[in-house]
Formats: sequence, C-alpha cells, structure tokens
Amino acid sequence: MSAFLFYLFATLTLGSALLVVLNRNAVSAAMSLFLAFIGMAGLFVLLEAYFLALLQVMVYAGAVVVIFVFIVMLLDVDKLPRQRLDKLSKVAATLAFALMVTGVFWLFNKEQFTAPALPAEATGAVLKTYGRQLFTTYLLPMQVTGFLLLSAMIGVIVISKKSALAATEETQ
Amino acid sequence: MDLFFQLPLLLQLLIKALLVVAVLMGGCMYSVLAERKVSAWIQGRTGPNRTAIPWIAAIPLIGRFLQRLGIFQPLADGGKFLFKEEPIPGHVNWFYFNLAPVLALVPALTTVTVVPFGEYIDSAGQRVPLILANLDLGILFIFAISSIGVYSTILAGWSSNSRYPFLGGVRASAQLISYEIAMGLSVLPLFLIVNGPGGEGSLSLIRVVHWQAESCWFLFIAPVSAFVFLISLFAETNRHPFDMPEGESELVGGFHTEYGAFKFGLFFTAEYAHMIVGSAVFALLFLGGWQPCPGISWDKLALWTSLPLNAGLLGAMLAVATFLVKIVFFVVVFIWVRWTLPRFRYDQVMRIGWRVLLPLSLANLIAYAIGIAVFLQ
Repeated sequence: MSAFLFYLFATLTLGSALLVVLNRNAVSAAMSLFLAFIGMAGLFVLLEAYFLALLQVMVYAGAVVVIFVFIVMLLDVDKLPRQRLDKLSKVAATLAFALMVTGVFWLFNKEQFTAPALPAEATGAVLKTYGRQLFTTYLLPMQVTGFLLLSAMIGVIVISKKSALAATEETQ
Repeated sequence: MDLFFQLPLLLQLLIKALLVVAVLMGGCMYSVLAERKVSAWIQGRTGPNRTAIPWIAAIPLIGRFLQRLGIFQPLADGGKFLFKEEPIPGHVNWFYFNLAPVLALVPALTTVTVVPFGEYIDSAGQRVPLILANLDLGILFIFAISSIGVYSTILAGWSSNSRYPFLGGVRASAQLISYEIAMGLSVLPLFLIVNGPGGEGSLSLIRVVHWQAESCWFLFIAPVSAFVFLISLFAETNRHPFDMPEGESELVGGFHTEYGAFKFGLFFTAEYAHMIVGSAVFALLFLGGWQPCPGISWDKLALWTSLPLNAGLLGAMLAVATFLVKIVFFVVVFIWVRWTLPRFRYDQVMRIGWRVLLPLSLANLIAYAIGIAVFLQ
C-alpha cells in the first residue's frame, strides 16, 4: 500500500514538475507547480513528516503559487512564444543534466547512506522536537535563511518605493 | 453505541463520514434559508413562505406553520440548481471554468474532517472524540487546506475571460492572502497558553477544548485574539463587509458572474460550508467547543448534579447539541452582520488587513509570550 502511494505521489510530483516546464500557458504551468507541491506534501506524509507536509501545503501551495498566479494574471502572459534555444544553452543544459544524473547515482550507490539518527519521539512531541532542533542544531542555517528573506523583503520595499516616488515626481 | 464500535472499521468510518457530510450539507441548505429569512426580518419583509410539499403542508396547523417558516424552500432551491440548463459561455477556458466550482467545495469538505463535534465517554471511562480524523496538528491542517480555497476564486475569475470576474479574482487573491497572516498569528497565543511551559506540544483542537473545560473560555482569556480571528474569518469566507471578490454593486457578480445553474450552486454552497466550518473553528478555539458555560464543563456539571451528563450516549448527544447550537449562533451572527453593515472600500480592506490587524495580532502575540514567560514559569 505504502509503496503504491509512494509511486503515486512520486509520479504526481515528477509529472507535474515536467508540465511546469513544458506548459506554454503560464497559468497552467503555475497550477502544475501547485500539483507538484501537493505531491511533495504527500511524500512528506509517507515519511511521517506531517508537520513538514502541512507547511509545504500552507506556504508553497497556499501562498507562493497564489502569488505566482496573481502576477501571471496581472501581467496577462497567456501564451508564451516558443523559445528557440541557442547552441550554447543546449550544450550547457545537457552538461548540467548529465552532471546531476551522475551526482544522484553516485549518492545512492555509496555503500552507506548515513543520515543522523533522529531521537525517538513520543506521540505529540513532533512539534517540540522540530522546534528544539531548529533552535539548537540548525540555528545557523535558520538565521542565514532568515537574513536572506529579510534582505529580499527590504529589496522589495526599496524597489516598490522607488517607482512610487518616481511616479509622484512625474505628476508634480 | 457499543454495537456501532463492533462494526468493521471501514464501515464505521463510512457511516461517520456520511453523517458529517450530511450535517454540513444540510446546514448549508438551511443557512441559505436562514440568510433569506433573517434578511427579510431585518428589512421588514416576510421572506420565502410559499413553497410546500403537497401532503405535508396539508397537515392542519403544523403543515401551515412549516410552510410559513419556509422549511421546504431549500428543497425547491436545490432542485432548481440541479435541473436548470447549464450555460457555458463560449469565451471561457473550459477546463479551469469547470474546475473552479469543484475546488470551491473541496477545502470546506476537507477541513471539516478535523473538526471535533464532541466526545463520547464509554463504559470504561475512555474519552472517544467524535471526529473523523484525530490529527495532532488539527489547527495547522485547517489553515493549510483553507489556504488552498483561494484557487477556486482566482481560477473562476481568470478562466471566465471577462473583465468583472477577473477583477473579482485579483481582489480575492490579494485579500485572502493578507488576512490569512493575521488569522494565523491571532491563534498563536492560544496555543502558547495551552502548551505552556513543560507541556509536550500539540496543535490539536481537542486539547484546546479540554484546556478550556478546565479553566475558562479563551474568549475571556484572549479577547484580542478572538477579535482579530473573527474579523479575519469574515474576510476569509468572503462575507460582508469583506465580500470584495463579488461586490455586486461594483462587479456585477464578481468572480462568479459567468456561472449559472449548478456551478453557481456549488459556489453558493461552498460559501455557506466555509461559514459553518469557520464558525465551528471559532467555537472550538474561543467558546469552549462543546462545553456549556464559561468555566463550567459537562464534567463539573455532572459532578455537582450527580446526573450522568457527561457519560454515555446522553453525554455525547448533549455535547454535540451544545456545539451545534454555538455554530448556529455564529452563522446567524454572520448573516446579521451582512444585513447590517455596508461594504468596505477595497483600499480600506487592504489597510485594515495590513496596518491594523497584522500589527495588532503581532503585538498581541508578543504580549502573551512575555506574559507566559513571566507568570506561568
């Protein structure tokens, strides 16, 4: 049963991820991205990472893709023109893909695929463990990510204020 | 009740699921009726009072009374939605146009699975929550699934390929995302208190109700949270005074202008289903769920009166009835507000969301966090 579910969600994730790239209708591409995130949430559930699954749905499927769709709708880019790739891009893409495939194969052919042992969890303590890990073991990555998000936010504010200022100067 | 627990598990689940869906859908049908009756009452009209089923309406006194109440009206409305011709305009994106009404109903029907309706204390003294899926992350699940609900409005607006629905869709996406944040932040103090220092960490709605049974309703402990949550709830369910996506005086019908017959019926049902689930969540979080009075739980009442008010079938029925009464009360409040207040302007909606509710809920959260650290340590 769980193997079947794994293949189901894996197919859903990969299939819709492929559709994101191939779809020429921007809204359809964004909705495929939404499906891919749902598939990933399903995979998280199969790994018993319920908290991550819900966050995946809430943050990515529920907020990020909504913003994508919002922007796509506002910019009105319904049909994208088919883009011809130049030779350099083709070579680069093939190389990158080959590199990734070798990397993945190397990773999974290594004898021991060691992950740090998770502490045994009492029922209902998932959240607490998660929070404790986040604020002890993984404090630095979290701080760095937070700083990155903060700088992105400030960047957005600066850019939007700049154009707003320019607009008011033009009217005056 | 013991007979029920001896049935095969799958059959049990099926019966429970059908029961919950039946209650929710029945609630939707009669909320529509309540909306029409309450609006009529507020405006000094009678509202629907003609529809009758031939044999039942002929019963003396009672039949006439039921007809006057409009009890049979939802059946007629449902029949109309089902059998009307279904026009699909030629200029729409067929796939998303058909997908949107279905997507509208999915979040409401999914979130109701983690809403506990009460609990049953069996002969061994075990508490069995009356819930479809007893998730430990209940409230997070509700937020996650309801955040998907916005797609229905956006896709309906976009796929209609016409100006007014499009504006409705754009408004919906901005509004729903803005109020989601304030809503999520407003309930955090509750869970900080419930999981206080030394607790093991749970976002279960049942835990919240149990905590309130032992002390007091959160409406009195965290009034600011309740206030912010209620306003965000109005915005998230697209109800007046926040019904920007379908403001009929500006946008004709908003995102569902191009829809008719059964598809419009689905949007309509979804709105009321969201209202009912929203009321249920509010009742669970702030009004003690299925407990009868602030500070007085069924357990305490049973102890004082030495009647079996909390145990067995009677206890379960009392709990569910109390909870349903609270839901009905809140649905009526939703309707009452709609027919009392004028609609906000769009810029006002955005300002309230970002400049009032968000800072308020943040300040509320910080204040409670400090309070818990100082006093509950």
